[in-house]
Amino acid sequence: MLLKELTEAFGVSGAEHEVRNILKREIENCAEFRTDALGNLIFEKPGKGKKPKVMLAAHMDEVGLMITSIGKNGWLKFDTVGGIDDRILVSKTVVIGPNKVKGVIGAKAIHLQEPKEREIALKSKNLYIDIGAKDKEDAEKVVKIGDYAVFDSKYEVMGDLIKAKALDDRVGCYIITEILKKNYDLTLCGAFTVQEEIGARGATVAAYTLEPDIAIVLEGTFAADVPDTKEEGYSTTVGRGPAITLMDKTFIADRRLVDRVLQVAEQNKIECQLRRTAFGGTDGGKIHIAKEGIPTIVISVPCRYIHSPASLTSLGDIQNTIALVDALIKDFQERGI
Amino acid sequence: MKELVKKLTEAFGPSGEENKIREVILDEIKDYADEVRMDVLGNIIARKKGAGEKLMLAAHMDEVGVIVTNIDDKGFLRFSNIGGISPFTLIGERVVFENGTVGVFGMEKMDDIKDLKFNKMFIDIGARTKEEAQKKVRIGDKAVYYRNCDIIGDYVTAKALDDRAGCAVLIKVLQNVKSPRFDTYFVFTVQEKVGLRGAKTSAFGIGPDLAIAVDVTKTGDTPESEKMAVELGKGPAVKIMDRSVICHPKIKEMLIDSAEKNNIPYQLEVLEMGGTDTGAIHLTKDGVPSGCLSIPTRYIHTPSEMASIDDMEKAVELLLYVLEK
Repeated sequence: MLLKELTEAFGVSGAEHEVRNILKREIENCAEFRTDALGNLIFEKPGKGKKPKVMLAAHMDEVGLMITSIGKNGWLKFDTVGGIDDRILVSKTVVIGPNKVKGVIGAKAIHLQEPKEREIALKSKNLYIDIGAKDKEDAEKVVKIGDYAVFDSKYEVMGDLIKAKALDDRVGCYIITEILKKNYDLTLCGAFTVQEEIGARGATVAAYTLEPDIAIVLEGTFAADVPDTKEEGYSTTVGRGPAITLMDKTFIADRRLVDRVLQVAEQNKIECQLRRTAFGGTDGGKIHIAKEGIPTIVISVPCRYIHSPASLTSLGDIQNTIALVDALIKDFQERGI
Repeated sequence: MKELVKKLTEAFGPSGEENKIREVILDEIKDYADEVRMDVLGNIIARKKGAGEKLMLAAHMDEVGVIVTNIDDKGFLRFSNIGGISPFTLIGERVVFENGTVGVFGMEKMDDIKDLKFNKMFIDIGARTKEEAQKKVRIGDKAVYYRNCDIIGDYVTAKALDDRAGCAVLIKVLQNVKSPRFDTYFVFTVQEKVGLRGAKTSAFGIGPDLAIAVDVTKTGDTPESEKMAVELGKGPAVKIMDRSVICHPKIKEMLIDSAEKNNIPYQLEVLEMGGTDTGAIHLTKDGVPSGCLSIPTRYIHTPSEMASIDDMEKAVELLLYVLEK
């Protein structure tokens, strides 16, 4: 199953090749593609060449760790890549570098901690990765400084939901591959982007190249529909369909486009929701201000616990997002922008 | 100038929702520009033709505000800020939505007022239920401070002087310029307050040879204020640098020379925090020599900013000289 394969692939910002290779294989029969200087996978499906030219974008990269030094006992120090809550790190297993070496993020056992230490959440700089090496030399045989590490986490079905790492934004990548399998009269183009998690760097150059008439960014966004959060703090709700962005820290949506999306959703009886927060940021932040400006829509699949080894999302929401994007493209095809 | 500033500051226009202020500005400039167009983000680009290099003049028309993120069962609205607003500024304040709906800020019970954050606050629009509220306001609707513009002696106090003061200056320059020596683009930008976004796309579209933004800057002339060598009423300030730009010497000198030759009072500005459209413009394409003329303004981003009408008039005089000498 493609979503399983995509979420289990390695692709920390700056090293997205595994994900890119899966996507190349997946779209090679339906679109033309090339890899640009930063590593974005740029694609185009001309259709019958009709306007408007619609850009689709989803980022391939995920948050993770980078090895910064190897201690004399063979322990690895690391930095986080992208926004990771240090408190989720202790005792997680990770997979490191091209050799896929397994490691455990270690910390002092509870027995040895002073009472005060127990009250403080450990920072990433106080943690290390233990790969079971005898010493520095032993570790250096399999790991290099600069190697990336990702969470060791498998795709699993849990009740009505699925659990995986990197749903942000492999769900977006998956949705685009499904859309590219469909046929439209208008030209579809777009990018599977790199380095979103560290500042939407891939999208900046991708949008510059593509010059679309309109862009649709597909994301996995945070859902906070969890205990101890009041309804006004949910941001998005899992199971209630794709979430449309009105504003985040990088982007303010054109209300007319948001209303258009809501209208298309209603006509096609697709359940969707507004993203009810102004936090976060996406590739849309860079795309909408590329060159002279590009009308941009950001649509996200709600995911709980993003940027962790185990995020949860709804397959129904993913299907509804595919249906919404499909309906939206058809609407642009018929009525223009 | 006073009437224009009043009209501009009282218009509605938070970042991303600049329709109303755009209409007001278009109405003021339509008889004076050779060409007017709007770009994708909604910037107004008005051209006054001239023989020489392309000069971009920019002032942002957006203002700070709030955006509705949730409507609860009792009709209370939760919100997030648009641009740099302090939650403490909002206590007791009112806002107005584009459709005229007025709301007042309330806050949850708190043991220590220092804990005040936006997510502890809400907007009360006098609705009794969610349904009643939804008739007036939708999630994603934006609101601005609900305040009139008042002239106090030589000074003016109003919301949104940042940067309707700059818009007023650009409008007056466009209305009074006869034959500019530059091919001049008067740009009224959008979304400056959330990251200089309109300036970025408009500058790319124009591809100017040089650029001057007109924006407000802070002052150091109130009791026990931060140290800053800018005062109200001492003339417009030629920006040296802020967090977004180190102004190009060519533009700096052009502004200073023009002021000195015409005995126009001016000040020099080094702003330690904050940025302006110049920050985005000067990095466009292969780089644009850019500067900024600032209108000294107190209490920026509050409902009652204060500036001097005379400083704005002097800025107009200075820019007219730059354009026509």
